[in-house]
Amino acid sequence: MTTPTAPDAPDSTGTLENAIELKEVAGLSQGQIVRRRFFRHKGALVGLAALGFIVLLAFTSVGVGPIDGWWKHAGSPGPVLNPGGAPTLSMPTWLGGTGFALGEHPFGQDEIGRDMFARVMLGTQTSIKVMVIIGLVACLVGVTIGSLAGFYRGRLEMILMRTTDLFITIPTIVIGAVIGKLSGGVNSTLFAVALGLILWTSLARLVRGEFLSLREREFVDAARVAGASDRRIIFKHILPNAIGVIIVATTLLMSSAILLETALSYLGFGIQPPEVSLGRLISEYQSAFATRPWLFWWPGLFIVSIALSVNFIGDGLRDAFDPRQKRIPSQRKMEKSLDQRVTSTLGSYPPGSPTNIRDAGNGA
Amino acid sequence: MLSFLTRRVLAGLATLFAAIFLMFLLVDRSIDPLADLRESTASNKQQLIDQRIELLNLDTNVVLRFFHWLGNFVTGDPGVAWRTGQEVGPMISHAIGSTLQLVTAATLLSLLLGVTIGIVSALRQYSSFDYLIIFLSFLLYSLPSFWIAVLLKQWGAIGFNDFLRDPVLSWVVITVIALLGGLLWMLAVGGSVRRRVQTFALGLAATFAMLAYLQLTDWWSDPQLGPILVLVLGAAAAFAITGVSAGLRNRRALFASLSTVALGVALYFPVQGLFDEIVESHLLIAGMGVVAVASGVLIGFLFGGPDRGVSMRSAGITALVVATLVFVDQVLQVWVPYSNALGGRPIPTFGDRTPNLGGNYWVQVLDASTHLILPTLTLILVAFAAYTRYSRSSMLEVMNQDYIRTARAKGLPERVVVVRHGFRNTLIPLATIVPIDVITLIGGAVITEAVFARPGMGSLFINALRGAEIEPVMAYLFITASFAIIASIVADIIYAIVDPRIRLDA
Repeated sequence: MTTPTAPDAPDSTGTLENAIELKEVAGLSQGQIVRRRFFRHKGALVGLAALGFIVLLAFTSVGVGPIDGWWKHAGSPGPVLNPGGAPTLSMPTWLGGTGFALGEHPFGQDEIGRDMFARVMLGTQTSIKVMVIIGLVACLVGVTIGSLAGFYRGRLEMILMRTTDLFITIPTIVIGAVIGKLSGGVNSTLFAVALGLILWTSLARLVRGEFLSLREREFVDAARVAGASDRRIIFKHILPNAIGVIIVATTLLMSSAILLETALSYLGFGIQPPEVSLGRLISEYQSAFATRPWLFWWPGLFIVSIALSVNFIGDGLRDAFDPRQKRIPSQRKMEKSLDQRVTSTLGSYPPGSPTNIRDAGNGA
Repeated sequence: MLSFLTRRVLAGLATLFAAIFLMFLLVDRSIDPLADLRESTASNKQQLIDQRIELLNLDTNVVLRFFHWLGNFVTGDPGVAWRTGQEVGPMISHAIGSTLQLVTAATLLSLLLGVTIGIVSALRQYSSFDYLIIFLSFLLYSLPSFWIAVLLKQWGAIGFNDFLRDPVLSWVVITVIALLGGLLWMLAVGGSVRRRVQTFALGLAATFAMLAYLQLTDWWSDPQLGPILVLVLGAAAAFAITGVSAGLRNRRALFASLSTVALGVALYFPVQGLFDEIVESHLLIAGMGVVAVASGVLIGFLFGGPDRGVSMRSAGITALVVATLVFVDQVLQVWVPYSNALGGRPIPTFGDRTPNLGGNYWVQVLDASTHLILPTLTLILVAFAAYTRYSRSSMLEVMNQDYIRTARAKGLPERVVVVRHGFRNTLIPLATIVPIDVITLIGGAVITEAVFARPGMGSLFINALRGAEIEPVMAYLFITASFAIIASIVADIIYAIVDPRIRLDA
């Protein structure tokens, strides 16, 4: 901290905020700072918890591959329990229900008696799997292309960036439909990889921009003078500094990826039966909306929750990684910090100064 | 400028060619025109397959086929969709009109809404209103558009049509809506406790009065504006527009706008007669709109004063609003017969026009608009979230600049700081995003058109891809890609125009 300034000096609020900020991060590593900032973001925490819960529910309930889950049905046709297959889930009495109970088929059944809970869970599994694969593939390709273009510049950059332009000229859903028609029928993994191969463009542009500015920095020059190879500079010096941008962009990409996958499956160009995905479920059941609304509601609810959680996590990560991001300390914190400084520096401020601070805080 | 344009257009053409070539290869790989024949049990199966291979030139190399197709397309022959035997040219020209209507309406409305709300949200950063808007935009951003579309179809169309059969809202519902309206206004305007209470009361009273008026005059079953409402709404618009663009202190601008409204209402009755006399067309209506704006500008000019431009601008915008109100009034006059013709269910859920409806120009306009409502709403809900976020962050960035502080320090009123220094600079990044975003909207139209069965470009593409017809698919891709390239060039030019620091020749 610099020399203490009187609180009614022009930049007093700025210094005060900096002081609070600096005190909070003193002695912490970069990772710890990021983690702290992330956990302070309430929306991101709720998103993380919700996503964790959904993943856990989807993968344990109906099981993965040969491992069986704890849920009793597997989504195959059976006897229809309630009239029309209405959900057996009932609300607690204080919500106007008949007491909380899951029943045999909490999410209801479709017209041939398939358990909706099992089907939604299977769909969630596929959609999450596709989302993660798209994110990983797009991240890998985008980072590779972006860093090569940004680091080596010259002709390589031109070729790579022109290629990126190619992908941007056609709406992703349109290329996605063609790709989906090509690969969707085969299996969901291939479909996801193919989609990842077209969604890397925004990431490549971001990473290239980041590399362009980072490669001119002094620490890169220092490393080069010390005799570091290109490889070492890229992996040890530049990439760690660009990791924030990459993680945030990948997270936000994943949330649009799940919407893209469900939209394509809805149009019939994505996941094909016998595989189930959330978009596929909605497309199968949309005509039943008037008679069996639960067939439509549950898969939609899961898509929205997943996309919303991922978006909130992305927002939290952005706040955590962004060095320009400054949380404006609350009024109480500002005053407390000011009081501490007043006592510590034993300075004699004019009596009106705290009100000055308050005004300055409001104006900021 | 010229050399920049030539360079960009040439690069754009190269990109277009490469993109189309790659897409041709991809589409050719992904479709299988022989699929139905392979599964057929006809005795002359092999002969049928041979016939189709002959018809579609499938035994030629795909690269040769691409150049064959491209040559034909560029010389004005987009080919034939082989399954139905339809010419692709007429199919496309109809579909483009339908999609452009949808995308234009959605872009304009979502821009207007998104930018306004984004800016208010930025001005009231860290307030409850701000958090509410952030959450809302996150939520809308995470909603799959096909899901919204199906929901809107159920509630917006079927539900609303059911409501229209007996359009009575209970007074409890009206009160609750009015309370919510008051609360929203209070959060948006903010200020001291006294100010908040005032805004809340005003917002509540206004919402309540409006709903009560709609209810008591049986507006729901016979929505009419009439001269009175044109006057009231026009005057409100005049105050709002002058308040933002010139400040209410500027009496000349205010009186210019109000006289424009008065002129508009005075012309209301002769215009009714005029509309009965002439044969209307879109061109004529647009021409009358231009005349209206010109007369508004003229009124502003006549009011004169030292700052003519401001009065002319305010009166011109007001004239546009009043002209739109008169137009909407004219369209709504055919509502009752239109609604009756559709059996009392005026909000349709599919298509882009009612077949064999007949009727004059106004009926056609009304029909097209009712078909546009739901698809446009779907697109707006998605695009609105993006625009709110852009304009909010851009406005925040601008309002933290030094020149804003300078503007405040030299004693400019807050309105001038926000509108002239803040808002204008906020538009710079938006101007580059919007043209590019139109491409996203065209992509979004694929889903919307599929759900609402609008015969536009998107459904043309989907159906052709399903039916393994490569010609319509490629025509769609060609047009979309050209749009995208033109949009990115336009974005660059707009950027140079709105921001003098950018030079295209450099």
